[in-house]
Amino acid sequence: MPKDGGIGASTLRREDIRFLTGKGRYTADISLRGQAHACFLRSEVAHGRIRSIDTSAAEEMPGVLAVLTGEDFTEVGGNPTGWLVQSRNGATMKEPKRPVLAHGKVRHVGDAYAMVVAETYEQAKDACEAIEADIEELPAIVDMAQAVADSSNRVHDEIEDNVVFDWGWIEENRAAVDAAFETAPHVTTLELVNNRLSPNAMEPRASIGDFDSGTGDYKLYTTSQNPHLTRLLISAFVMGIPENKLTVIAPDVGGGFGSKIYHYGEEAAVLAASKRLNRPVKWVCDRSEAFLSDAHGRDHVTKIQLATDREGNFLALRTETLANMGAYLSNFATCTPTFLHGTLMAGPYRTPLVYVNVKAVLTNTVPVDAYRGAGRPEATYSLERVIDKAADELGIDPWEIRRRNFIDPGAFPYTTPVGLVYDTGNYHATMDKLRELSDVAGFEARAEESRQRGKLRGFGLSTWIEACGIAPSNLVGVLGCRVGLYDAATIRVNATGNISVLVGAHSHGQGHETVFAQLIAEKLGVDANSVEIVHGDTSKIPFGMGTYGSRSLAVCGSAMMKAADKIIDKGKKIAAHMLEAAEGDIEFTDGSFSVAGTDRQKSFAEIAFSAYVPHNYPLETLEPGLEETAFYDPANFTYPAGAYGCEVEVDPETGGVDIVRFTCADDFGNVINPMIVQGQVHGGVAQGIGQALLEGVVYNEDGQLLTGSYMDYAMPRADDVPSFTVDHSCVTPCTHNPLGAKGCGEAGAIGTPPAVVNAVVDALRRAGHDHITHIDMPLTPSRVWTAMQG
Amino acid sequence: MHNFDLVKPSSVAEAVAALGSEGAQALSGGQTLLPSMKQRLAAPERLVSLTDIAEMKGVCRGEEGLVVGAATPHGVVAREAKAHYPALAWLAGEIGDPSVRARGTIGGSLANNDPAACYPAAALASGATIVTDRREIAAGDFFQGLFTTALEEGEIVTSVRFPLPERAAYMKFAQPASRFALVGVFVAQFADGVRVAVTGAGEDGVFRWTEAEGALSADFRPEAVEGLSLSAEGLLGDLHGTPAYRAHLVKVLTKRAVAAA
Repeated sequence: MPKDGGIGASTLRREDIRFLTGKGRYTADISLRGQAHACFLRSEVAHGRIRSIDTSAAEEMPGVLAVLTGEDFTEVGGNPTGWLVQSRNGATMKEPKRPVLAHGKVRHVGDAYAMVVAETYEQAKDACEAIEADIEELPAIVDMAQAVADSSNRVHDEIEDNVVFDWGWIEENRAAVDAAFETAPHVTTLELVNNRLSPNAMEPRASIGDFDSGTGDYKLYTTSQNPHLTRLLISAFVMGIPENKLTVIAPDVGGGFGSKIYHYGEEAAVLAASKRLNRPVKWVCDRSEAFLSDAHGRDHVTKIQLATDREGNFLALRTETLANMGAYLSNFATCTPTFLHGTLMAGPYRTPLVYVNVKAVLTNTVPVDAYRGAGRPEATYSLERVIDKAADELGIDPWEIRRRNFIDPGAFPYTTPVGLVYDTGNYHATMDKLRELSDVAGFEARAEESRQRGKLRGFGLSTWIEACGIAPSNLVGVLGCRVGLYDAATIRVNATGNISVLVGAHSHGQGHETVFAQLIAEKLGVDANSVEIVHGDTSKIPFGMGTYGSRSLAVCGSAMMKAADKIIDKGKKIAAHMLEAAEGDIEFTDGSFSVAGTDRQKSFAEIAFSAYVPHNYPLETLEPGLEETAFYDPANFTYPAGAYGCEVEVDPETGGVDIVRFTCADDFGNVINPMIVQGQVHGGVAQGIGQALLEGVVYNEDGQLLTGSYMDYAMPRADDVPSFTVDHSCVTPCTHNPLGAKGCGEAGAIGTPPAVVNAVVDALRRAGHDHITHIDMPLTPSRVWTAMQG
Repeated sequence: MHNFDLVKPSSVAEAVAALGSEGAQALSGGQTLLPSMKQRLAAPERLVSLTDIAEMKGVCRGEEGLVVGAATPHGVVAREAKAHYPALAWLAGEIGDPSVRARGTIGGSLANNDPAACYPAAALASGATIVTDRREIAAGDFFQGLFTTALEEGEIVTSVRFPLPERAAYMKFAQPASRFALVGVFVAQFADGVRVAVTGAGEDGVFRWTEAEGALSADFRPEAVEGLSLSAEGLLGDLHGTPAYRAHLVKVLTKRAVAAA
């Protein structure tokens, strides 16, 4: 039995009380004295040369305080991408400048090229309409293949073929992979599209810039998943404000899914405007703007080939992908299709030879970046689809072909041919668990019952593996990452024994305030209710690299464990003095320090009090106070994995797909709060179903966004998803972090899309539609019906 | 949203008078107009709210059928029409979500004539009469194309009179994002024949599928339309469905409506 409020307990989320009672405090809820309001003027054309912008009429409008354009930001830097990726010919990638406001050209519908600050938002919006811009419209570059083929039309004039890099992973293996394909008994080929998604966090972005002319300090309140990274980017790359003069505060944030990892131009713009006006400047994005300016996700076009022998043993795998970058390189845009995608193409399989080629292509569309799963859903989708196709071609059961190729549970640590070392795992165990929970034996009876009702039932299987807790810094540095990927925590034990934990990982829906308190309660033997988690303010917390990539628990949680070890070590020294014993004889269990083999002990609270009221204290050898900070830089990624099963009913008359059963068997390593893990999987699966059946960003050939609102962009609703069966009883603890935890946030979004598509293809093929081997996502009724027509 | 004046008349006569002023626009449930105003696509100077006019509200069984006040919200129709005209009540209960059904009105829907709205199909298939402040208009004459009706400037729909069919059903296949009708088919059988009205599919908005009406008038069974096929010509095509897909759905939904009626 887990300790109440400790590790393994399904403690209710303490933050939900304020969220559910309307007491959350989001950026838009913050009103600073004297604040002015900003509105951005956004391009209505996908591609155009800015000839002139006449702001004179706008400046005369009622309430207008300032009108800024790209000209006002020519002296500052650009928003960089976080990873410099090398092309396979050894050349460093091309990095176009991403200005605060568009300058010279507009490059996508929604590209902000002017900003109005006024007394009210409506006045700012009115004045935006009075700006007269002369923009020469240029042909839009939308289709990636065309962007690569036609070098006369360029998103950025200096990048001639619109290709940022042409990456080969691992280039040295290319010849051997190609040779294996030459001689392979069987080759399965699949071309597929990983559809572009719009993240649609419940809370739209918002930022308030607040410059204090008395101190010269800047404060930025913003909707961020990682305030320290935003501060670093603004300081080091964009505006040159030293970190000690810039505080970034991300208060309650209503979801991110990746889209709020990145620094956006609006953040720098409100800071600059605040300084110019000597007033706080606030901007709140509306939903229509969000569709046009939040980083999108996915958008790969891939050809994947799997070489096998006749028994279905994988011999070699190769892929060619065009990855859409959009109009500028967002912060993680270049690592997502490379180091978060190519390195995962081995999946949980022991394919000996793998080669991945990715071309990153600029187009006149909203920038694309990491979105829940980031690269790993793209890898998993390609792999799990081609495996199902191969199984079908070879006449092998989909379970069996996977089982035949899994990495053996005894083979860990396992070095893949794409540069990773999996520390631990048991893919047979999760797939067996899935098989048990899916009631495979009862499928035929269920299918028959569906047939009676005129429906086609199908089953889809997928297995997945993820590299989480992105790290270690020295490795990612070699790969081109411009930052380190550790995390940090400070444990501040207050004088009366309660505890503030200042953590680098930001919480915007994950439940850190609950889970992190559980960790401390377990580790220090204190009541979880005496532990407060503080995050989201760079002036309070030591440092943080943010919340993404399912890394908070594995990386920041481990930093907390290291800091707690330091607290215990110091507590032992204090206890040794108070108990007049040797430090080596002091034991710490269940929140008390005792002398081994005796009943002499001091409680955690007594030690804390003594540290702050050091009347009986070893002052000559030990500083007062009880506060410790630790940075944790992991030795490796963590590798959660699992198996998903989806059962669908297809309506052959309409093409409508209904998901009737969905089962997940995941190995997340050690689980801290099972309820929250279940919730994370539910959310991820819902998003995966969204991608598979409903969601898709569509541009027309002029680069106009056709899915610019919820009237055309289909988000999953409660009735689009079934009741899920979620299991995480298969556990192979991570071997290199103190928690044995692997991460669970992205799993659902990774494992789900191939399971759903495999199920629909299975349903159609079982019904005799033998010509159907693949349908691109989203599998809308229209697409499914059209495919059935042959 | 731009600034505007709001007036809330309590009678049809006051509303008509208020609509006579320059830049005035009738506001019913506001489910289309208010979002358009928020997006600055519409900027009326004065809104004349029709939702406080008692004589325009309510559902009432009369000699000539069911009379629904134009300012009656969908949710009220769903509840109060159920005993008299279940197919109409079911249609109303499937529009939007609870907040839409609490605000949106039948009069607003018909006057807006969105090509994917549900109510126009019910009105046309029922052979309803649209009653305005100055005249009565047969449904067949009322709908005149996308977002276009026979209403004159300043004319207000005050009620809708539905003859009650012997049997009827509405089938809607939802567009996945908006959940408006990608295709909706309303089938109503009267003593003198069957009427089939289709929404969501027509380039010019709601229309009657007369071929199916003929077949079903002779034989009111799903099999009766099996051999028919609606031409995709003149049907809508967009990212949610081609004209051919919509034409196919019209037939599928017609059969299902007949089976359900």
